[in-house]
Amino acid sequence: MTRHAITAADAGYLLCHCCHLLCRPQPGSIHPRCPRCGAVLHRRKPDSLARTWALTLTAYILYIPANLLPIMTVTMSGRGEPDTIISGVKELIVGGMWPLALLVFFASIVVPVLKLLVMTFLLLSVQFGSHWRPWERTVLYRLTESIGRWSMIDVFVITILVAVVELGALATIEAGPGAVAFGGVVVVTMFAAMSFDPRLIWDRMALKYGKISSHSSPEGAYRMQR
Amino acid sequence: MAVRSIENEYAVAEHERVACHDCDLLFRKPRLQPGQKARCPRCGAVLFQRKGGGLDQSLALAFTSLILFMLANAYPLLRMNIAGRVQEGSLLTGIEELNSQGYWEISALVFVVTFLAPLAKLLCLFYVLLPLRLFGLRAPKAVLVFRWTEQLSPWAMTEVFMLGILVAVVKLADLAALAPGIALYSFAGLMVSMAAGDAVLDDHEVWERLEAAGD
Ligand SMILES: [Zn+2]
Repeated sequence: MTRHAITAADAGYLLCHCCHLLCRPQPGSIHPRCPRCGAVLHRRKPDSLARTWALTLTAYILYIPANLLPIMTVTMSGRGEPDTIISGVKELIVGGMWPLALLVFFASIVVPVLKLLVMTFLLLSVQFGSHWRPWERTVLYRLTESIGRWSMIDVFVITILVAVVELGALATIEAGPGAVAFGGVVVVTMFAAMSFDPRLIWDRMALKYGKISSHSSPEGAYRMQR
Repeated sequence: MAVRSIENEYAVAEHERVACHDCDLLFRKPRLQPGQKARCPRCGAVLFQRKGGGLDQSLALAFTSLILFMLANAYPLLRMNIAGRVQEGSLLTGIEELNSQGYWEISALVFVVTFLAPLAKLLCLFYVLLPLRLFGLRAPKAVLVFRWTEQLSPWAMTEVFMLGILVAVVKLADLAALAPGIALYSFAGLMVSMAAGDAVLDDHEVWERLEAAGD
């Protein structure tokens, strides 16, 4: 290892994305695998930008039917109206259930929209080699990755309602095509977050400032926490 | 530096160093006391964490979760009463009903994230941890199975499902008289025991033990 090499990639190492073992591939190996867990090693996630773009754009397209089409139809005594995601939230507000309305609003509307915007922002910033606040962008990425699954709440609500309410003429609940599109948005954005490689943010930093000298090398200087 | 060429001839492992998975910064591997965390000074990612639970706690929680999982799926979630007619429903009847309404896509999605993924995760954990704890042995293909376990984790959504139940209960409370079923309490317990299992399981430790163990 040279004195100036500070990232694993610079030092000729590949970090196993699965078991986090640091590996050094033999020269000339084409598809090196992690000697501990057997996962294929990559310097960076393969085609990270292209894949993440494709998945993010797919999610944008799915997002339109997810919000316009009904996610379910509740029929009580012969009368029924289709519910979209937004009308479901409105119904909770009308019923005076503010905390739940807020929860559903946040999980079904705020989180997917924010996630799409954040992914787009991260992609553009990496694409244009931005040096703006890499630390904040990495934190933003970690947040986006961990919060996405909570959008699934509405899909689960539909499943439970459909399971319990099946009373023939009295009341029925039917799922709607919007639910399929919405489930698609959640899954596709989860895949998008997984395929994005936050190390690309830092690779772009290194291009501008060069390698950090060994003088300021933080090797061994972790922040310990209890 | 250990060289293990049995499994493949391409890579050698470096056990003294570690790199940040979020920004690729290279470090000397920290020596941590149980309960300590090491964070990357450049991007703030958690590099290493000694959870200090040991395999016993992980196994006990996985066993608890498995029992609660069976209860949660064998019994009805809610019992509903509209004008004298009683209706019960469980998670699996919901999945079936979605399918029979023609929405097999959501039906399959819900089946995977609330049933298949949590169950597979628990069974995989047992398969890997039990022989390791009892005999210090690596079960056949244990390395591959533990890799799946790690990759399954984001798709097991028990805790999100629990919130879904909460919202559904409130929505239904308007329509009819509701009584919670055994499965509802089991799901609540399952959410807690699976979260505790995640908090206790030290995957770095498991990988190191798997590497040290014989077949
Ligand atoms: Zn870092």
